[in-house]
Amino acid sequence: MHAFKYHRPSSVNDAAALVKGEAKLLAGGQTLVQTMKLRLASPSDIIDLGTIKDLAGIKSDGKTLSIGAMTRHADVAHSAEVKKAIPALAALAAMIGDRQVRAMGTIGGSVANNDPAADYPAALLALNATITTNKGKHEADKFFKGMFTTALAADEIITGVSFQVPRRAAYTKFKNPASRFAIVGVFVADFGGSVRVAVTGAGAGVFRQADMEKALAAKFAPESVANIKVKQDGLNSDMHASAEYRAHLVTVMAKRAVEAALK
Amino acid sequence: MGAPLIGARVERKEDYRFLTGAGQYTDDVELPRQSYAAFVRSPHAHAVIKKISMVKAKASAGVLAIYTGEDFAAAKLGGLPCGWLITDVNGQPMKEPPHPCLAQGKVRYVGDQVAIVVAETQAQARDAAELVEVDYEVLPAVVDGSKATAKDAPQLHEGAPDNTCYVWAIGDKAATDAAFAKAAHVTRLDLINNRLIPNAIEPRVANGSYSRADDSYTLYVASQNPHVERLLMTAFVMGLPEHKVRVVSQDVGGGFGSKIYLYAEDVAVTWASKQVNRPVKWTSDRSEAFLTDAHGRDHHTIAELAMDKDGHFLGMRVKTTANVGAYLSTFASCVPTILYATLLAGQYKTPVIHCEVTAVFTNTTPVDAYRGAGRPEATYVVERLVETAAREMKIDPADIRRRNFITAFPYQTPVALMYDIGDYNATMDAAQKLGDVAGYPARKKASEAKGKLRGLGYAAYIEACGIAPSAVAGALGARAGLFEAGEVRVHPTGSVTVFTGSHSHGQGHETTFAQVVADRLGMPIENVDIVHGDTSKVLFGMGTYGSRSIAVGGTAIVKALDKVIAKGKKIAAHLMEAAESDVVFENGAYTVAGTDKKKMFGEVAFAAYVPHNYPHDKLEPGLNENAFYDPANFTFPAGTYVCEVEVDPETGVVKIEKFTAVDDFGNIINPMIVEGQVHGGLTQGIGQALTEGCQYDASGQLLTGSFMDYCLPRASDVPFYQVDTRVTACTHNPLGVKGCGEAGAIGAPAALMNAITDALGVKDMPMPATPQTVWRTLKNKKAA
Ligand SMILES: Cc1cc2nc3c(=O)[nH]c(=O)nc-3n(C[C@H](O)[C@H](O)[C@H](O)COP(=O)(O)OP(=O)(O)OC[C@H]3O[C@@H](n4cnc5c(N)ncnc54)[C@H](O)[C@@H]3O)c2cc1C
Repeated sequence: MHAFKYHRPSSVNDAAALVKGEAKLLAGGQTLVQTMKLRLASPSDIIDLGTIKDLAGIKSDGKTLSIGAMTRHADVAHSAEVKKAIPALAALAAMIGDRQVRAMGTIGGSVANNDPAADYPAALLALNATITTNKGKHEADKFFKGMFTTALAADEIITGVSFQVPRRAAYTKFKNPASRFAIVGVFVADFGGSVRVAVTGAGAGVFRQADMEKALAAKFAPESVANIKVKQDGLNSDMHASAEYRAHLVTVMAKRAVEAALK
Repeated sequence: MGAPLIGARVERKEDYRFLTGAGQYTDDVELPRQSYAAFVRSPHAHAVIKKISMVKAKASAGVLAIYTGEDFAAAKLGGLPCGWLITDVNGQPMKEPPHPCLAQGKVRYVGDQVAIVVAETQAQARDAAELVEVDYEVLPAVVDGSKATAKDAPQLHEGAPDNTCYVWAIGDKAATDAAFAKAAHVTRLDLINNRLIPNAIEPRVANGSYSRADDSYTLYVASQNPHVERLLMTAFVMGLPEHKVRVVSQDVGGGFGSKIYLYAEDVAVTWASKQVNRPVKWTSDRSEAFLTDAHGRDHHTIAELAMDKDGHFLGMRVKTTANVGAYLSTFASCVPTILYATLLAGQYKTPVIHCEVTAVFTNTTPVDAYRGAGRPEATYVVERLVETAAREMKIDPADIRRRNFITAFPYQTPVALMYDIGDYNATMDAAQKLGDVAGYPARKKASEAKGKLRGLGYAAYIEACGIAPSAVAGALGARAGLFEAGEVRVHPTGSVTVFTGSHSHGQGHETTFAQVVADRLGMPIENVDIVHGDTSKVLFGMGTYGSRSIAVGGTAIVKALDKVIAKGKKIAAHLMEAAESDVVFENGAYTVAGTDKKKMFGEVAFAAYVPHNYPHDKLEPGLNENAFYDPANFTFPAGTYVCEVEVDPETGVVKIEKFTAVDDFGNIINPMIVEGQVHGGLTQGIGQALTEGCQYDASGQLLTGSFMDYCLPRASDVPFYQVDTRVTACTHNPLGVKGCGEAGAIGAPAALMNAITDALGVKDMPMPATPQTVWRTLKNKKAA
C-alpha cells in the first residue's frame, strides 16, 4: 500500500469538500482497501465516511424501505425490518462474501462501486430503487452505467437507498466457486401487475430481462421463464463461465427465483 | 501409570500456543536493526533482460541496497541445486540447466526474481522495487507441457534441447507389449492431472542475519527441513562451511511440500545480510506465493490396462509428460519418476508394467512435490483405469479390484517396490460397510426422483512413505541420505527433552512423539517436550515430507530411547546391586525379577547426573542418547475410499453426499491426529478434483493468481467424512507405523472423479469438475 492522508470528516458536506484530485471516499473498505493493498489504487487522500452520523440505519413505512449508505451488509441481513418488508433483500445481503466482508462492507460502497458481479445492484434495479446523494436523487434504472461506472459525479456521495416494497420477491445467486461473487444472480420482484427481473454477474453491468418481465407479468410462475432462452451476445466470458453457460444460468436462476418467491 | 498413551486421543500440546496467538512464526522474528527486502519480479513469462536501471530506485526513501544477477554472479554464488539425479533411457544424466537465484540475462516465468531491494521498511522496499526499471525483450512462451517438445516450441534453456529434462522409463517394455497382444480387453484413458498451487496458510518468509562477531549467519525461514536447507545453501550455493550457518524454522504454518525446497529468496536475504551488515527479512505476500511457491502435479498421461476376459489384469502401459516448470526445483526430478511410476502396481497383481516419463521445461512456475507427490498422480492413473475397466467389462468395480488384489506378502511389484504387508480386502470390506454401499441403489433412486444424477466411485490406493533405504535411494539418484536423527536428553530430575530431525508444520509432532516417549519411559506426557526446527539445537535431520515423520523420525527417537533405557538399566543394576540381566524396565520403573527391589526412572536419571554412587569404572555419567535411523524399506499405507455424489444437471453443481475413507496406516499413536490428517488430506484431494486448477494464458500469465480465481475448497464444499482404520502393522519398524499425512490427498481425486463420471455416464472428464465443466460434459454427451 502506498502512503496517503487520512481524513475523518464529521458531515457529508465536509466530506464532499475533501473530494478532490486523487482523493477517495472510504466506506467499508472491502473493495477499496484490497485494491490499495495490491497497489492497484494509490489515492492521495482517504476520506473515511465511518465517522459521519446518521449515514447508517434502516427505516420502513410499508411502501418503501430506506437504508443508509453506511449500513453494513450484516446489519441488512439481520434486520427484522428488512426481513419483514423485503425478505429477499435480507437474504441477498446474507449471501455477500463472507462473515468478515459482511461485517464491514456497506450498501453505499457496493452501489457506488458497481462491480458487475455484485449483488446489491440487482436488488436496486429489480426493486425500482432510488439512490439519494448529497446532490439529489437517481433512479436505479438510470444509475448503473455498466462495468464499475455509475451516474455519480466525482464529488457525489451516496447517503442512502430507498427500495419499493414488492408483493413478493426472491434473489437466486449462482456463485463463482472461487470468489463467491455472482456468476449469475437474478432478482425477481412482483409488484402485482408489473414484474421486474434484474440480472447481475452475467454482463458488463446489471441489466433487466424484459422478455422475462413480460412473461411473468402475464403469469407469475416458473414455467413462464423456464423456456426463455437468453441471448449470449454481450455476456461475460471467463475461465469460470462462458457466455453460453451464463446465458443458460440466467434462465435457470430466474426460474428458481420465481419458485422461491412463490414459497 | 495410567492407560497406555500410544493409541490415545491426546489433545495436541501445541494447540494452546497456536490458538492463543503465542506461536513464533518466522515473520514474528524481528531482529535488532532489522531491514526488509522486496523482490523485483519478471512480469513476462519469457524475456531477455536488456537493461536494468536502478537510478530512481536507489534514490527512493530508505533504500539500503539493490542487487541484481550481476552482483550474484560477481560474488560467485551458485545456482539452486536439484537434489535428485535422474538417469534417462539412454543412460545419460538429466539436463540440469542453471537455476540462478537472480536472473542472469533471461527470465523464464512470471515471478522469476530479477533483483532484491533492501530498505529500512517493508513499504520502502516495495516502493523502491516498483521504481527499478527493467527493459525486457519479450520472447514467445510455452506453458503447456504437452506442447513443450514440439519442433517450433520456444526454447527455454541452451542446455536442454527440445525443452526436455529427461525421458525416463521403468518396467519391462517387451513383456508389457506381449501382455497387451494377448489381452481380451484393453481400457485406455487420456488423463490430465491438473496443476495445483499449494497455498499454505503462512506464506514463505526468510530473515537472514549475518554476525560480524564470528563471521556466521542465521537464517530464520519457514521450512519443512532446516538441515536440508542449510546443507543445500552452504555446500551448493554459497560455499560456506555448515558450522557458520544456523537455520531456524520454529513454528511453520503449513507446507504441503512447498516449504521443502531451497528458494532463491532464502539465499538472497542471507547473502544480502552480510553486504548491508543488517538482518534482512522478506515476507511473501499471497500474490507472490501464487507466483513463486513451487506448484504441484501437472501431468498429461496416456494409460492403458490389459485384461483377460474375466477382468484379471495382464499388464499396464503408461506414458506421461510431466511439466516441471521453468527450472528444476529441489526435488522436481524424482516426483514424476521415483515417487510416481513405482506406485503404478497399486494394490494389484498386475504382472507387467511399463511406464515412460518425459519431463519438460515450460515458462511456468517450477513444479515440485505437493502433498502426495507422485502418488496422487499414480493413484489417479491406476484407479481411474480400474474403475473404467470395470464399467467397460460390466464387472462390479469392487469385484474387479478384489479379483486382482495382492493377498500374499511380502510382494515384489514389477515396478521396483516390495510391499511388506497389507490387507486390501479388509479395507475394502470396511469401506463398503461404513459407506453403506448396499443402500446405494435406493439413494440413487431418491436422487433421480428429485431430478438429480447420483454416482458412486471407489479408489483403492496404495502409497509409499519414508523413502528408504538411503543406499537404494542413492542408487536411484538421490543426492542426500534419507535417514532421520533423534536425541533423548534426560534431565537430572527425570523430565525429558527430545530433539528430532523431523519437522512439524501442523502435523502435531509435539504431541504424537511425546506420546511415544512418555509411553516408553512410563512417565506423564507433561514431562516430555519435543524440540525441532533449529540446526543449532537438533543434531541433524532430513525433515518432514512424504509422510515420513513417525515411521522414520519416530523410529530414530525410539532407537535413542532404547539406548537410554539400556544405560539406565546398567545404572539401576548398580544401584540395586543386581545383575544387569535380572533388571527389567516396565511402567517407568527398573525392578529386579523375583525381588521387591525397585528404582524409578527418575531416580536412575538423578543418579546419572549426581553420580555419587555410580559405576564410574564402566559407565560415563549423564543420560543423553542419540540415534540415527535408516529404514530398511518404504512403508506402504493403503486403503479404500468410497465417494458418492449428487449432480444437479441443470447447473452442473456437484455435491458430495458421502465420503468414506478406510485406511491402513499400521499402528496408530493418536487417532484424533490421524483423523485430522485424513480430513485435511481428503479436503485437498477434493480440492484437486472439484475446485482447484492452476491456469496460465498462452503468453504465460497466471490467470489464477489470487483466491478470486483459484478456488481452494471451503468447509461448505466438503461433506462430513466417515473415516475408519484397519491395521496391519509395518513389519520393519519397531512402532509398526506407516504414515498418514498424504493418504487423503492421494486417494480422494480418483474416488471423486470415478463417482462423477458414474453419475454423468461418461468415460472421462477433466479435473477440476467445476460446475461449468460438468454442465458442458453433460451437454456434449447429449449432443453426441
Ligand atoms: C472477499 C470478498 C468477497 C466479496 N464478495 C462479494 C459478493 O459476493 N457480492 C458482492 O456484492 N460484493 C462482494 N464483495 C464486495 C463487498 O460487498 C464490498 O463491501 C463492496 O463492494 C464495497 O463496499 P464497501 O463499503 O466495502 O466500500 P469501499 O471499499 O470502502 O469503497 C468502494 C468504492 O465506493 C466508493 N464509495 C464508498 N462509499 C461511497 C458513498 N457513500 N458514496 C460514493 N462513493 C462511495 C469508494 O470511494 C470506493 O471507490 C466482496 C468483497 C470481498 C473482500
